[in-house]
Amino acid sequence: MPLMNWGRDMTESYLVKMRGITKAFYGIKANDEVDFDLKCGEVHALLGENGAGKSTLMSVLCGLYQPDDGVIVVNGRKVVFHSPKDAIARGIGIVHQHFMLVPSLTVWENMALGSKDMKFVIDENAICERIKELSQRYGLDVDPLTPVWQLSIGEQQRVAILRMLYHEANILILDEPTSVLTPQEIENLFITIKHMKEEDYGIVFISHKLREVFEIADRITVLRRGRVVGSMKTFEATPERLAEMMVGTSGVSEVRAAKEKPESNGKPLLVAEDIVVKNDKGLIAVDGISFTLRENQILGIAGVSGNGQGELAEALSGMREIESGRLYFTVEDVTYASARQMVDLGVKYIPSDRKGVGLVPNMNVAENVALRKYWQPPFKKGFFIDWDEVYRDSKSLVESYEILTPGVNIPVRMLSGGNLQKLILARELSGELKVVIAMHPTWGLDVKATAFVREKLLSARNDGSAVLLISEDLDELLALSDVLAVIYRGKIMGMIEGPKAENIEEIGLMMAGIPTSVGGGNVIDED
Amino acid sequence: MRIKIEKRFYITKWQEVCIILASIVLAFSSGALVFHFLGVDPLEAYKMMIDGSLGDFYGMSETVAKTIPLIMCSLAVALSFTMVVWNIGAEGQFVLGALACTAFVRYLYVDNFVVMLACMGISALLAGGLWGAFAGFLKARWNVNEIITTLMMNYVAILLLQYFVYGSWRDPTSLGFPMTPLFPKSARLHQFFSTRVHSGIFFAVIIALILWIVVRKGVWGYEIRVSGQNPKAADYAGIRSTRNVILVMFLSGAIAGLAGMAEMAGLHRRLQPGFAVGYGYTAIIIAWLARLHPLAIIFVSFLFGALFVGGENLQIAMRLPLSSVQILQGLILFFLLGGEFFRNYRVSFIFRKR
Repeated sequence: MPLMNWGRDMTESYLVKMRGITKAFYGIKANDEVDFDLKCGEVHALLGENGAGKSTLMSVLCGLYQPDDGVIVVNGRKVVFHSPKDAIARGIGIVHQHFMLVPSLTVWENMALGSKDMKFVIDENAICERIKELSQRYGLDVDPLTPVWQLSIGEQQRVAILRMLYHEANILILDEPTSVLTPQEIENLFITIKHMKEEDYGIVFISHKLREVFEIADRITVLRRGRVVGSMKTFEATPERLAEMMVGTSGVSEVRAAKEKPESNGKPLLVAEDIVVKNDKGLIAVDGISFTLRENQILGIAGVSGNGQGELAEALSGMREIESGRLYFTVEDVTYASARQMVDLGVKYIPSDRKGVGLVPNMNVAENVALRKYWQPPFKKGFFIDWDEVYRDSKSLVESYEILTPGVNIPVRMLSGGNLQKLILARELSGELKVVIAMHPTWGLDVKATAFVREKLLSARNDGSAVLLISEDLDELLALSDVLAVIYRGKIMGMIEGPKAENIEEIGLMMAGIPTSVGGGNVIDED
Repeated sequence: MRIKIEKRFYITKWQEVCIILASIVLAFSSGALVFHFLGVDPLEAYKMMIDGSLGDFYGMSETVAKTIPLIMCSLAVALSFTMVVWNIGAEGQFVLGALACTAFVRYLYVDNFVVMLACMGISALLAGGLWGAFAGFLKARWNVNEIITTLMMNYVAILLLQYFVYGSWRDPTSLGFPMTPLFPKSARLHQFFSTRVHSGIFFAVIIALILWIVVRKGVWGYEIRVSGQNPKAADYAGIRSTRNVILVMFLSGAIAGLAGMAEMAGLHRRLQPGFAVGYGYTAIIIAWLARLHPLAIIFVSFLFGALFVGGENLQIAMRLPLSSVQILQGLILFFLLGGEFFRNYRVSFIFRKR
């Protein structure tokens, strides 16, 4: 076997070599004979759609999963990891999308967790000193004594990266590190990455955003459906080629680029006047937001997550109390309306957390279709639910929305993410429909399902409904929105009518909370 | 060889039945070991249990008499488990129901069977229901863990029972035994064919049928299932979960309370400290075994009734302590919970050739 030779033949500059990695879940191969290398002082981007197998591959590398087949060589020695602890001992550290920090502990306590030089008595000062030294060296500025819950998302990410450096990792895996950051925070992150590159760290950068990959990576490997479809130096790649590799040539329909111009002044459907909403902790999350949502209109709301979008969506759909301000549906005051009343009026809601809020995973397809209409005729008959009627309705929805399921009596936990979202969409868009509040409607979906969802939202708009689209995906917002609002700390920073790609920079600044004086008169003044 | 553990996505009905049967077989095998160390031939012991409980008319009738409170208590806990509210307090609610109907007989006796039946039933339903609803209220209002409150309230209920039967309610003619006087004729339920099987059995079957229909077809049944499975989805559907927690705990307690009343009026006909022998706890095992299905509960309760009667037989014939049967019950629950692991995970052995 050639395998034994690698360690000796190759120069030490190879930090990691993975060969023939195969890992299956429920018989589906998430990784199929994948090869992957990482050199000293390089940023190697791992590119692919959601579900392409990037996270699985990296989970194998950091010891979270054991591969069914394949070999991992680290620093020239073949290794078998039984747990993440083994991987950390070899210098491999991963920064997850969700940082896996303990919010109630301070920064230094989080760093010390699982550290190998933890003694019976903890030397707080020594740990803090090291943290300060590391943070100065890499420009990752944090105060070791602050509790993690007080930190912003960007700062938490710094802590998570510092934690890996503290544990003396020289191989750093960053799993979608930019997905929660503002454009300015992304810039700072890239500066740090470049710094670490110079110090001979090896960095794996997982992403599905082409723009960022071109900016930061030295080498790019593209995964699709668990297989490597290509690996190249960044200067050899073109965006078109990468996109094609990611998506495949399956000919996925693009969102209609030329959406018809909306009727300039459709009837107002949902009008918010200075509404204030609190979050679960009782702190103000939505701080006086006003807007008018009209017929035939998609109002996009951009912003980094956690700036009040979730609370806003829940308030508008009747699930969360509005503390002050007014909410009108056409002329009716619905400030205190319940979720059920809003549904009856035709105000529907597509929550971001499909399995956690939108569906009951252990119940079957029909029971989940009933979730938001079982109290309405013809489904409710006295004290009973007419399940025959529900099953009939479910079957026709499954058919018209092309939901892949063996039947309507299958628990929905067995459906894939795309089909879950189609099911929610089918339920919410059927029946009386005036307004759709859609939160991250394409998050985690593959290209086809994404296109499907976007098309359905567009056709709802074209049929006279209003759509409130809350998303973090700027490309999506630009493609769909008729008007784009940017939310920051519960306030709307500005609105742009007919947003275009040229507006990205202003949008980025507004997302970071920096007010802009956008010229050109395309900003609607709120008076 | 390697052992591989994978999370299961789906389980067929057949596999589920196999796992339950395997747990029971394992429980009885380990029970056999216990019998062996107690110096009894396990096969003979099991034979004696079956003969005593199912072997003849008398044994059978005793088994059915025990089945009645078991069905009702199991239905009570199964209803709360449907909403993923863990009512461990059926025992206490059972006792409260018995206390309330006894109080009615003592203080507000009317010599009319129909009036008495209605009044005793309603007082038992209310007493058991409120005992349960209190825990439900604490959970709904301040998120107090209902497992702990219901469990602790069992002790309160049992001590209350002892307070009355040893104290002011004691029959002066009982020669000092802690018991109330016998209920008068019109405060008793009918017993059939001079056995101890009483008309409380109709309560049990009717409640089972009602719950079966309500949970499967009813609007409210659907709502509590959604609240139990995913409280956030319940908010999304506009279901008022907090109100339903209190209501479910009330109804659950009420059913257990009614079981206490049936046990009083049908079987014992007086309040004694020993009438609460742990039906409320056994009910938890039964509800679990029956997968919360009201009709399956009738069947499983019958088997546990047989286990109770068989155990008594064992006690008399082989001079074994009653706890030996409780060990058997404990083993069944133990292996059942162990079986849960195999419901959720698939374990496969991989043999690798070198």
